[in-house]
Amino acid sequence: MTRKLTVGIALAMLAGLVMFDLATATLDPFAAPAVFALGSGQAAAGAHCAAMPE
Amino acid sequence: MSLAETDAVTAAKPYLRRATLIGVALVLVLAVSGAAGLRYGLLLLIGLGFGIVLEGFRFGFAGPWRALLLRREVAGVLAQLLAIGLVAVVAIPLLSAQEGVLIGAHAPVGWAMMGGAFVFGIAMQIVLGCGSGTLVNAGSGNPVGLLALPFFAIGSFAGAYHLVWWTGLGTLQPVVFAGTGGLAMTLALLAAVAVLLLVVAAPGSRRLPRRLWIAAVVIALLALGNLVVAGQPWGVVYGLGLWAAKGAVAVGADLSGSAFWMAEANAARLGESIFTDVTSLTNIGIIAGACLVAVWRVGGLSAALPRLPAKAWAAVIIAGFLMGYSSRLAFGCNVGAFFSGISTGSLHGWVWFVMAFMGAAVGVRLRPALGLEERP
Repeated sequence: MTRKLTVGIALAMLAGLVMFDLATATLDPFAAPAVFALGSGQAAAGAHCAAMPE
Repeated sequence: MSLAETDAVTAAKPYLRRATLIGVALVLVLAVSGAAGLRYGLLLLIGLGFGIVLEGFRFGFAGPWRALLLRREVAGVLAQLLAIGLVAVVAIPLLSAQEGVLIGAHAPVGWAMMGGAFVFGIAMQIVLGCGSGTLVNAGSGNPVGLLALPFFAIGSFAGAYHLVWWTGLGTLQPVVFAGTGGLAMTLALLAAVAVLLLVVAAPGSRRLPRRLWIAAVVIALLALGNLVVAGQPWGVVYGLGLWAAKGAVAVGADLSGSAFWMAEANAARLGESIFTDVTSLTNIGIIAGACLVAVWRVGGLSAALPRLPAKAWAAVIIAGFLMGYSSRLAFGCNVGAFFSGISTGSLHGWVWFVMAFMGAAVGVRLRPALGLEERP
């Protein structure tokens, strides 16, 4: 067995994640924030591993 | 044409395969931009860049720490310090100028944070892949990384679930090196570590090879791109925990007992798409970017899979879980705490570095006993 098998599994896992997400959540490009946070004036709203829950 | 014949053609003409890879990557970025918004497409593109550079230039964290501990080879760690310093030069002033709009990886130092970093250091040497390294390894077909990744995600979810309890054991207020003084302090500390490394380096290992110069500069540019586009620094662990949390909710798990997952922002994110979550997008990009490089290389997928004993695979599963759990307590992994913490002026990044390095010194000695490598 070679890495062809494991890369195939990795891609299948990614595809499964994407399909699960598309089945359980909706996307709305018109609700997207400004392209660049820098200079947008909008408070950063993303989640980061260093952030304590508020 | 059969699949075998197609394989033969693409192996003989790698440019066909490579053009296809570039095309697929661009289509994915455009699809995310169209479906979720341009910011999210750009973040996927930045993640792809991380994956391509980390795998393509063999820029890592766990491997260079191991080389330093076992052979006093310092080039890989010097490259990490260079990349962090380059980001700091831009990021720390930018954060001061755009307070509120941009946020740093600023977290408190505490008992659980220090213990988490120590355990992460052990586990990342067992798996021989850190936060970003596990994503890269999984994407490039390394079976150890591939097996560790889902348990990393589950551990990150569980660690976040219990995070507030752990921080209650004793946590200081975050300490941030901000402004010009903060930047000078950060650069001075990075320089001090670099000098120390040069003093202890094995003869002949002090020169940074060209690939590491290039990788450090490009990684720094991508990290700054992450900050400018997302408003927050590069991270890994949150996204993995979110994937597991969404899976847990889908199978009926009740997260109401977790102050972390019930916090307003996190609870809302459980119902939103991962294509609007910053670290999820860059994580997906890293996996896909590493995969792209592995397929791009002629013979990149022909390496035989290692034959490891059962106890080694069991160790990978446990270490993967511990990496996720401990990095939540430590407020990040080598990316969110070490790289982004230090480069945005957080004291916790420096404490993480010390504790995780001590853990790594333990971890490198555990690998032979766990069957992951030959005994010396």
